[in-house]
Amino acid sequence: MIQAIAFYLFATIVITSAVMVIMARNPVHSVLWLILAFFNAAGLMVLVGAEFIAVLLVIVYVGAVAVLFLFVVMMLDIDFAELRSGFIKNFPLGIAIALVLLAELILGIGAWQAGAIDLGTAGGATAPVAGVSNITALGILLYSRYLFLFEAAGLVLLVAMIGAIVLTHRKREGSSGRQDIARQIARRPEDATIMRQPATGEGVEL
Amino acid sequence: MTAFFTELGLSYGTAWALATVAGILLIALPLMLAVAMIIYVDRKVWAAVALRRGPNVVGPFGLLQSFADGLKVFLQETIVPSAANKGLFLIAPIITFTVALLAWAVVPFGPEAVLADINVGLLYILAISSLGVYGVVVAGWASNSKYPFFSAMRAAAQMISYEVSIGFILVCVVLYAGTFNMNGIVLAQLGHGFGIVNAFAFNILLFPLFVMFLISALAETARAPFDLTEAESELVAGYQTEYSSMSFALFWLGEYANVLLMCALLSILFFGGWLPPLNIDLIPWFDIPGFVWLFGKIFFFFFVFSLIKATVPRFRYDQLMRLGWKVFLPLSLLFVVLVSGWLMLTRWGEGNSAVLAAATATPAAASPPAVAR
Repeated sequence: MIQAIAFYLFATIVITSAVMVIMARNPVHSVLWLILAFFNAAGLMVLVGAEFIAVLLVIVYVGAVAVLFLFVVMMLDIDFAELRSGFIKNFPLGIAIALVLLAELILGIGAWQAGAIDLGTAGGATAPVAGVSNITALGILLYSRYLFLFEAAGLVLLVAMIGAIVLTHRKREGSSGRQDIARQIARRPEDATIMRQPATGEGVEL
Repeated sequence: MTAFFTELGLSYGTAWALATVAGILLIALPLMLAVAMIIYVDRKVWAAVALRRGPNVVGPFGLLQSFADGLKVFLQETIVPSAANKGLFLIAPIITFTVALLAWAVVPFGPEAVLADINVGLLYILAISSLGVYGVVVAGWASNSKYPFFSAMRAAAQMISYEVSIGFILVCVVLYAGTFNMNGIVLAQLGHGFGIVNAFAFNILLFPLFVMFLISALAETARAPFDLTEAESELVAGYQTEYSSMSFALFWLGEYANVLLMCALLSILFFGGWLPPLNIDLIPWFDIPGFVWLFGKIFFFFFVFSLIKATVPRFRYDQLMRLGWKVFLPLSLLFVVLVSGWLMLTRWGEGNSAVLAAATATPAAASPPAVAR
């Protein structure tokens, strides 16, 4: 009973906020709706018993990715008139993509109803372990059966990260405001100051 | 607590609901009281370091100062700037406050005294603390004013930076404890140091992580010396500039609840949580209820936080970023490698080997999960 209420609550909010992501006029509002959608999707994950995935969804998407989205969108100076100017031109393309997605959805639901997909065979490959927590079960799978794929995924991410750094890194010329802490610490009073006692009327040679 | 309500003759469902509500109230209300008193402590410590008296007028020793302040802001008018985004402007402090309370659901106050004893407890705390930034960012943006906006940008960058190293530090602790459950982490520290000390902090591999976590906790809660989001000499009051009355007070309460949470995390992860400090029954101190020890440890760490606030000058923003990305991130990553290497060396073959064998041996023989239809 409580589960049903929670499911319909989360599902309704996910769908509503997903619609609001594309309907909202202000891009910052869009991102905030997206965050609400992520959050409620995590709630749905908890309902199916995948609490680890749910928490990861919140940590990665809500905690990091969406903050960066928000960061970028807030900094943008958006001209709404220009944003809408391409609407008519791109309308046919958008409709085409939407139709393809709709067709796929209908096909998917239809196949599910007809019982053509036997999800049991797909699920059998994951070797469920009884009485083990989410994290343990996932860890056992990732670090034994799917070890190679897991590490390959890690390598792909590493390459992407290095690529992004290489593309955006530029050598800064000169020492404009850069702080060299080792140099600061190594600096002694005698390097920086000179004590002189000039005779009256003669001054100091610098 | 559910058992208590079922004994009163209620059905299990009703008893469970009542017990949960009672549990939430039992945590949230004392937490609010603790926040009020801890603000007083903070001001007193700060004043003592500066050779002042601090709050000393309202009530005995000024103990009621926070309540007087609370009453004052409660009676003030909430001013919404005309150019502000009204809905978001009012939601932002509510987000900060709610998120600050949410995390306390998994904090163990004793062997049984935890509201939600979930086995992803530590990850839950990480997730919730990463949500805290939204209150600040949304407040800064919705105020539609320059200084709050700068502050929001700073907060977003700062919290993301330090969350990374906090994540790695938590990984090391979890590797030692072998569980994400908060109570499990506390119990793993029983007699950890030579069978005597109930703390992870006296482990040579974990002590540097404790220091790094202390500093990262300061940065994560935007407390001095990392309080760049509300640096009064640069940004007026940062994201709080446009706020008044209760919406301002909610930020204040949320901020201190977060600081208390970080102190609680320090004591749970590194100083044995609700366990007594030594594993010897000196005075029969295992009979003292666990929350007394936990509160003592939290108070100690808050005192450390206050002293740091009173004595250390504020970091510059590039120094903050340098510390996070170039010092803490590589160091904590190195310690993940060191800790897991050490545990491979000393604990090889322990623990889940039976489960692992069962999982890897016959994947085909294992029964497929029941399809939902």
